Amino acid sequence: MTTSTINRRVLPGFRLSLGYTVAWLGFLVVVPLAGCLVKAASLPFDRFWGAVWTARARAAYAFTLTSSFASAWINVVLGLIVAWVLVRYEFPGKRWLDSLVDLPFALPTAVAGLVYSQLYVENGWLGQFLVPLGIKAAYSRLAVVLVLTFIGFPFVVRTLQPVLESLDAEIEDAAFLLGATRWQTFRRVLLPALVPAMITGFALSFARAMGEYGSVVFVSGNMPFKTEIAPVLIVARLEEFAYAEATAIAVVLLAMSIGMLLLVNLLELWSKRSHV
Amino acid sequence: MTMIYGTSARRILVIAAFLTVSILGCNNGGTAKNDASSTGAAKADAAPSQVELLNVSYDPTRELWRQVNERFVVAYRNQAAREVTIKQSHGGSGSQARAVIDGLEADVVTLAIWSDIDAIRKAGLIADDWQQRLPHDSLPYFSTIVLVVRKGNPHEIKDWSDLVRPDVAIITPSPKTSGNGKLSFLAAWGSIVRRGGSEAEARDFVTELYRHTPVLDTGARAATNTFAQKGIGDVHLTWENEAVLEVAESGGQLQIVYPPISIRAEPFVALVDANVDRKSTRDVAEAYLKFLYTPEAQQVIAENGYRPIEPDVLSQHSEKFPELELFEIAEIAAGWAEANDKFFAEGGVFDQIYESRAE
Repeated sequence: MTTSTINRRVLPGFRLSLGYTVAWLGFLVVVPLAGCLVKAASLPFDRFWGAVWTARARAAYAFTLTSSFASAWINVVLGLIVAWVLVRYEFPGKRWLDSLVDLPFALPTAVAGLVYSQLYVENGWLGQFLVPLGIKAAYSRLAVVLVLTFIGFPFVVRTLQPVLESLDAEIEDAAFLLGATRWQTFRRVLLPALVPAMITGFALSFARAMGEYGSVVFVSGNMPFKTEIAPVLIVARLEEFAYAEATAIAVVLLAMSIGMLLLVNLLELWSKRSHV
Repeated sequence: MTMIYGTSARRILVIAAFLTVSILGCNNGGTAKNDASSTGAAKADAAPSQVELLNVSYDPTRELWRQVNERFVVAYRNQAAREVTIKQSHGGSGSQARAVIDGLEADVVTLAIWSDIDAIRKAGLIADDWQQRLPHDSLPYFSTIVLVVRKGNPHEIKDWSDLVRPDVAIITPSPKTSGNGKLSFLAAWGSIVRRGGSEAEARDFVTELYRHTPVLDTGARAATNTFAQKGIGDVHLTWENEAVLEVAESGGQLQIVYPPISIRAEPFVALVDANVDRKSTRDVAEAYLKFLYTPEAQQVIAENGYRPIEPDVLSQHSEKFPELELFEIAEIAAGWAEANDKFFAEGGVFDQIYESRAE
């Protein structure tokens, strides 16, 4: 009660700013999404189902989901290490490295896709060593996971950094003095505090990967049933001027994203409760 | 998902622009113009000698239209004593057609495939008789699909049937998203049925052909990049004009192979009636399209690797455009509408290639 009173007074014009927020959210988020739903709802159910549940579409959803999932996991592990290094250690070039983490936010994703595919093809810088070893990191499923990892990387680092910074190093000392091994300290003391942020970072990078189009079309090869992602299907349907069918597939992706967000909120709630 | 945001967002933007314009009350027509053209519009009221056209075209024609436009600006200044500026917009032919249908204010459209212009007609923006309004059924030039191979033609590719030999990999964009992709497919199909093969044989051939295709890019330029820059594949199926450019830029690393038979690709042109009437640009747009048939423009067209429609200009460049048997879409399907339904629509022949493979 008291906090809300304070908040109102800190920022003047509460009603105005709230009205502004709601109006813009409505304009930028709700109206387009509603338009999407309305368009898809113009289809009778059998045509909707026929559009979204073909064998090819199912393969594309499965590929989109699994590659996003894999890349989000990689990002959680890599992101934890990078965040740890950036928070706990001092070394020359640290600031530079820190700002480099944001690069995937700033770089047009199509550029990332072009660069990755150029690097890993058979005559590319890295591909010339990797392809003879049987590692095909261009035009394969691995390639898609790679670029999605790149795209989602900052999300995990940037959500973990403030949490790590707020952790008191004395807690680790205390654990050590009480006889905990290094692993026990990490597992029982640090990890529980980090889990909520890790879940958030995972979810953000997962959701980002699900909607990614620009980079993936350049590295995947777009082979139906193998490396075709769901957004490519949407573009294919638009080319046939089948707007409603394209929107129907979009609605399925939208539902997946919303389901994902719900799940993540539940997980966060659960992890907070179980550790308080 | 992003694409849907795109189309919805475009509508929202148009609505927003309408609102802004009507609130400011500064425009009698209330049309949502490009921001860049707003000063031009003010000038146009004061001095009608200044006019701007937007040419909405397909992917690989940037260089062509830039050169044609330069010539037209000069010609129109001499002929009508008016200054014209021409803007170009490029992208996949189908998505360009959709943009025009959704409100992109094109004065003229110059698209890769007949059915893309016809989709705009169906939306009511182009008159039904558009093909009769210009010489040669509104076709200022034509082109075809040729084969590009690596230096020395190591796989000895001469004809379509060579493409399905075991060790040959093909690069061509997806027919689902690219005009180049559609024409490549149809050329391969026609190479069987136009030589007396049955539909079943044609189906087997294209199935085999796409088994040899390791990458399906979404557009013509992307496929060129995959083949020429990344070095993937042995044969690139592409527009003749794109092949000319690709080979010229490769520094001797690539060469063109003309198959004995291929499809006649017909990128038609049309003025968009609804837009030119609202913008009062009909006379300029008509002059622009008629200019394409003048000897001057036909020369520029030939220089850019497109086959000019006027026979005398074409014969002047005969060494650049070797003769090959070109069949029209009507010779392998009832027309573009049927070809799209049969081959490229959801569940069509192209989809079946991959579905049979997945089982």
